[in-house]
Formats: sequence, C-alpha cells, structure tokens
Amino acid sequence: MDPILKINNLQTHFFTKAGILKAVDGVSFEIGAGEIVGLVGESGSGKSITGFSVMGLVDPPGKIIDGSINFKGQDLSALSNNQMQGFRGNRIAMIFQDPMMTLNPVLRIETQMIEAIQAHDGSISREDARIRSRDTLGLVGISSPDERLRAYPHQFSGGMRQRVSIAIAMLNRPDLIIADEPTTALDVTIQGQVISEMQKLCRETQTALLWITHDLAVVAGIADRVCVMYAGRIVEQGSVANIIANPMHPYTQGLMGSVPSQNRRGKPLQQINGMVPSMLNLPAGCAFQNRCNHANEKCSKIQPDITQLADRRQVRCFNVPAGQQV
Amino acid sequence: MKPILQVQNLSKDFIKSLDLVAKGLNRIGQSYKEEVVHAVDDVNFSIFKGEIVGVVGESGCGKSTLGRMVAGILSPSTGSVEFDSSQANNKEIPSALRTQMIFQDPFSSLNPRKRVIDIVTEAPIYHKLITPSEKRAFATEMLQRVGLDPDTLERYPHQFSGGQRQRVGIARALAVSPEFLVCDESIAALDVSIQAQIINLFVDLKDTYDLTYLFISHDIGVIEHISDRVIVMYLGRIVETAPIETFVKQPNHPYTQALLAGVPRLEVGKRQYEPISGEIPSPLSPPTGCHFHPRCKFATPRCKAEKPALREIAPAHFSACHLNDEA
Repeated sequence: MDPILKINNLQTHFFTKAGILKAVDGVSFEIGAGEIVGLVGESGSGKSITGFSVMGLVDPPGKIIDGSINFKGQDLSALSNNQMQGFRGNRIAMIFQDPMMTLNPVLRIETQMIEAIQAHDGSISREDARIRSRDTLGLVGISSPDERLRAYPHQFSGGMRQRVSIAIAMLNRPDLIIADEPTTALDVTIQGQVISEMQKLCRETQTALLWITHDLAVVAGIADRVCVMYAGRIVEQGSVANIIANPMHPYTQGLMGSVPSQNRRGKPLQQINGMVPSMLNLPAGCAFQNRCNHANEKCSKIQPDITQLADRRQVRCFNVPAGQQV
Repeated sequence: MKPILQVQNLSKDFIKSLDLVAKGLNRIGQSYKEEVVHAVDDVNFSIFKGEIVGVVGESGCGKSTLGRMVAGILSPSTGSVEFDSSQANNKEIPSALRTQMIFQDPFSSLNPRKRVIDIVTEAPIYHKLITPSEKRAFATEMLQRVGLDPDTLERYPHQFSGGQRQRVGIARALAVSPEFLVCDESIAALDVSIQAQIINLFVDLKDTYDLTYLFISHDIGVIEHISDRVIVMYLGRIVETAPIETFVKQPNHPYTQALLAGVPRLEVGKRQYEPISGEIPSPLSPPTGCHFHPRCKFATPRCKAEKPALREIAPAHFSACHLNDEA
C-alpha cells in the first residue's frame, strides 16, 4: 500500500541576516494510512518546522529549497499558496500546542466549525454543517455538544479547548493530521484523555497522524513508528518497539537515559553533556559530535550518512554495531 | 527524631472582594457574595533533615501556593510553618535566609539588567555575609558549585541558555547558605537532556551541602526519581502522603492511582490509555465532601456528603479516603 505522506530529502532553510539557518536539512520519512508516527526532538531541532513545511506554513525568510513532500501522489512543495489552501484543514489538518492558535476568541465554536466545513464544500447547507460539527464534537468526548456549540472558547477549560481544536481538525475527515505538541500544555489526567481519544480516532477513521513532541515517553505510548530529530536531521527512525528496546544512535540513547523514572532511583541520570549547538554554525561532520561519548576523528570531518537496517530502521551514525547493517 | 520543618493547619484563601457596584446593590437588598478560593486548605506535614519531599498534583491543586508559603514569600491565612533552628548546619545565618526558592521560569526569575556577578552576590552583601571586596572570589566559587564557567561572571542573563540560567538561579539561592530549598517546577521549562543535568545537580548539591528539599512538580517521573517521600494534592488538600516505594507500588487513594496510571512511560511502550473521566473542578466551587468524588470510580454517597480525614493507614503512609474505613 502506498503511504499517505512521503517526505523525501526535505530542506527548509531560513535566510537570516546572521546567515543561513538549516532548520530542516535532508529529512525523509513516510506515514501510511492509520499509522501514527512520532517526531521527537528538543527545542530547535526542526521538528515543528518539518510539520509547518508539510502544511505550507513556512514564512519568509524561511523557504523550502529542496526535496519533495508527496501527499497521496501529489507534490505539495510545488503547489501555490492558493492550491495549498484546498488541502489545509481539508485533506491535511494541524493541531497546535496552544488551542487558542486554532480558535478565534470572539466567535462561537459553532461559527468556527461551520466555516471550516463550508470553506471546503460550497454545496453543504448550514444546517447540515451544523449537524456534522455537533457529531464531531461528540466524537472527541465533549458532553452535551448541542449546548457547547453555542459557547465561546473562553468558556472551555484548556483540555476542552484542545478537544475542540481536535474536533475542528477532524471535521473534513482528513487523510493526515499533524499534531504539534498537542498535550504538552495539559495536565497528566487530561493528557491521558486526549491521547486515548486520538488513538481511537486514528484507528477508526484510518487517519494518518504525525505526532510532534519532545516527550519520548508519550510517543512510546501512542506511536507505531518514531523519528528522532537532532539539529535539523533525523538521526534515527524505526518502529517504537525496536527503538525503545535497542536505541542505536548515541543521541537517542542519551534521550532515553535522561528520562527520570522509578527504575533509576538513587542513580544519577545519564545526562547528555553540553547543549544543543547553534543552528547557525553547526560543526563540520556530525552535529552531535561535541556531546557524544563515542565521537572519533571521522565524526568531526564527515557527515554520517543513513545506514539502513532491518525492519525499515535507519540510523545516521558511523558507529552502528557491525552485523546490524542490511 | 524531630522534623526540621513542620507545617501545621496551613491554609491560604484568596478572596476576590466585591466591587463598588456589587456593594451598592447589596445595600438595596441584593446578596452578592465575595468569591473565595481555598488554594491551600488545612494542610499538615513535616519534613526531616536531608529528605527530598516531592509534591505532585495537577494545575490548580495549590502546590505552588504551598511552596510559596513554606519559602516565606506568601503569608498564610491560618496555620504555621516552623523551622527547627537547632538542626541548622550554620547557626550564624539569619533564620529568614534558611529557606530559599528556585523558580520555574529561568527567564523571568533573573533581573535582565544585572550581571551574573551582581545577581549572585546581592543578597549575601545585603545581609553582610560577605564584604563587597570579596564579591568576585565569592561569585566565582558559587558559579563553580553549580557547574558554570567563572568566565561568565560579567555576562547578563540573556547571554545564557535556559539550562545555564537555571544554574544561575540555583547559585543565587545557594549564596546565602540555605538549609532548605523549595523548588517550584524548577526543571519544567527545560529540554529533556538539560533536565537530567539539573536533576543530577540538585542531588549532588544535597549530598555536598546537607540540604533538605521540597520539590514541587507535575511530572511524576521526576518526582519518582528524586523524592524520598511524596505528597499528593488535589484542589488544595493533601489526599495522600507516602514513602516513595509505597507511592509507586501501593498507592492508596483513587486519585493517586489514576494519576500514576496516566503517566506515559518508556518501559510500558505502546498501550491503551484508560484515563479518568472529567475535568479538574473549579477551585471556586469545589465539590462537597471528598473533592475527588465526581471523578472517582468508587465514590459512594458518603464521599459526597462527608470530607474524608487524612489517616495513617500504614507506617508513614497517610491517605484521605472513606474506602479505607470499610476495608
């Protein structure tokens, strides 16, 4: 089966006064129907810009300079803004960390939802659009959706607002949803509710989901596959089970060692030393070399290429154990 | 053994007083009432020297208000926070300096117009712990303690990354030789890899300088890693306190159980979430009886009517739940 989204060698650069910032530098991955892919990285790793690039939301001085974003056979990066408009909120939807980025504070939920439907389907009547909005609100677990449609965003709690923005994303039955840190601002119990809702929706409607987050533990709980990003590149990708059981890239290992939990009580956390390098002057060779315990001379000279392993797994490191390569 | 810090019947109410219009309308027979939030509601606990006590709870549960009262920057409505001076490491330090606080946001907790050397030395100079001539040597030592390069003494806060700024905040707290640190979400704003560095720093400092911590966080993974004992709060009340092993393995209160079940964990991998339903109620009008009853699977009519008391159900393990009476 063809993947819903196939990104190949995506390069999104920002042409700032201080120099060229390679926010996304050669990213490739795919998402199949009904699949949940987690995109993990720290702040500044380019994970959100990857999401924005797919949505066509990169503003100047940012520009997609190379690569293709193949969505169901069509290259999105070649489309004009007007053509993109037909995809955004229709075939591809986005959920943001802050639901107030999606919601207009001065309009009723009803108005905003009906608008989102009618924008992409001129023939649907207001009443039908209203019924679909109500049903979708019910779908994401909002009780008494009829009354809630008449409410304004400020009348909802944070968790409820995020549900409303998920409902708006679901309205036109998209093939792909991009969720950028959708649960980061929520409390643990509410986060659990939102995650379980999203899992259910993807399974039932076969929607592909790209889940962007800094929290590896959340991804471990929800995703089928995971891509780990560092300084604009995917350093490791593969199935969640494989990566959690056997992380190969030193950065993934460090990220997992940094997560505090009851099992590591009393022992110091395996911290990653140093900090994320400035994206404006990345070192030659591997971007992670300064923080890596295994770095050697080769790492400081040559950019490591992707090594293909079994089970569609990829690692961008010279020190992949021998015998693992395909 | 006597606890080093004892908190008794501590409460904090925030009152939104009536505006002029409402006062006027009340005179002509209307009955507008002042809105009162019981941010912290009759809380009792004690902390022993050298302990790290974690406070967990969701937003609005009163954990930050509690931390601020313990640190002394917010005065309690009723109740008391007592520090046992006889157990202090350094008895010459004024008692007001013995508790220091480390804040969540490393961006807004440092004065942007002061150099690091002044940020770190301002309090000890004011309190005459050091003389101005010792300033540079003192600041150098403080920065080394928290793992910062002393070459950065002359820099301003904006020249640091988030993790480094948090280290400056810790150096500032350590500068007055405190006994007790209140960390309010001190690592929540940092990236995962930087978080680990700061957690390790906290543990090292505790061992080196014989500190005691009240560690407030919404992140249960962090609390499980660092704490010796855990306090679980819900809408201003303590619902459970337990030693860490008990908290992890045998949580008693249904809220604690639900909280632990909702934590995403690496070890568990892909799974089905079974979240507790419902929202956190508004602290302006909390539910009657047990605050948790509208969301609780096991709620009985008694839970709705009667407030459960915090009772010791096993040594050092306290829980406020009516279900314990029946068992």
